[in-house]
Amino acid sequence: MSTFKPRDWGSHAPYIAPGYKSTILRGPTQAPLAIKSGLSEGTGPRFAPASVRKLDFDLTKNGITNGEPLGERIVVHGKVMDTDGRPQPDILVEVWQANAAGRYVHKVDQHDAPLDPNFRGSGRCMTDANGNYVFYTIKPGAYPWGNHFNAWRPNHIHLSLFGPGFATRLVTQMYFPGDPLLELDPIFLETQDASARERLISKFSIEKTEEGFALGYQFDIVLRGRNATPMED
Amino acid sequence: MAYGETPSQTVGPYFAYGLTAGQYGYDFTDIADTTIAGPDAEGEHIRITGRVLDGNGDVVNDAMIEIWQADANGAYTENPVDVASSGFRGLGRCGTGTDAQNRFYFDTVKPGVVADGTAPFVNVIVFMRGMLVHAFTRFYFDDEAALNAKDDILQSVPADRRDTLIAKRVETRTGVQYRIDIHMQGDAETVFFDV
Repeated sequence: MSTFKPRDWGSHAPYIAPGYKSTILRGPTQAPLAIKSGLSEGTGPRFAPASVRKLDFDLTKNGITNGEPLGERIVVHGKVMDTDGRPQPDILVEVWQANAAGRYVHKVDQHDAPLDPNFRGSGRCMTDANGNYVFYTIKPGAYPWGNHFNAWRPNHIHLSLFGPGFATRLVTQMYFPGDPLLELDPIFLETQDASARERLISKFSIEKTEEGFALGYQFDIVLRGRNATPMED
Repeated sequence: MAYGETPSQTVGPYFAYGLTAGQYGYDFTDIADTTIAGPDAEGEHIRITGRVLDGNGDVVNDAMIEIWQADANGAYTENPVDVASSGFRGLGRCGTGTDAQNRFYFDTVKPGVVADGTAPFVNVIVFMRGMLVHAFTRFYFDDEAALNAKDDILQSVPADRRDTLIAKRVETRTGVQYRIDIHMQGDAETVFFDV
């Protein structure tokens, strides 16, 4: 186990972020109490290849009932590393998203856009020994969300990672380059630092694009780094 | 070379079919659910349950709680995926949208003491729509008063806020429950940690 550097709050949004209305009643109002990271934070669930089934990494296939899912096929490549640039191997990456029409299969989503009988929109994959992951999916559509007049979420994919310890837990969203909704989206904009926001936007990659099949995007993920000195028990 | 952290973003309201699919009835497997310890796990079997309340005191029905805990001997498991050997996973995940009262619940064993000078507790992360950054907290146990009084982290919490971290033991027809609500705001705002 190891201990981790403190979270860099400059890279994250505040708990109360008035542009995103739901934070007003849901974000803690008192500053979190700093505690020294110990065994409880330095350990965390470790997943094995058996955690991921054969088609989990291919969202274009894992929800099929009677045909191909509709939309633009994409392949997402990324490297998971820490703030010191060290690759993070054997990390489980969970993904979920809307379909090409901007509709989630979630029962509560009442957006008037079609469900796709061949797309569930959830999957998972693991990083390899060099920290690299890959999954196939359909580019998600934008959807309205009622935060303010004419509010639409930019195209995005949710990603969830544990990292090497419970302290490195991260849930984030991958956005797409050139999306005009980004500069209007409070969830994206409430990350105050412009360079940190850039880290949420994937890069189109012709190298990762597969001839005649899928457009390629690169999305690297940086988790908190380790402290230089291991903790003594 | 130093790299900046990837910013945290909200899980949104529609995490269920990606993260808690079995609990919500979606056709996808789970890597963790409400069972942290199976029937064969060593230790006292308990249920931990509670609600998440927003700044108006309304119960939140789209939160997700994750728990990471030591086993009854105070050890963190090497491989939480392998429940076959001990029946103990260590990791739990529960959404608040399926219980009639929108409670979270975990079937587990009471954790042992991890290190000298600490009380038994479970690590907790709160996620929901309206939280751009998840929040860390801990649940301690109200029948461990002597150990709680020696726990450095619990004692570092201002005395008038310590109760927000202490689950109450209740004997029920179906077994021992520990109950604790998470208050995001207000007079009883739960203490969250910057770990």
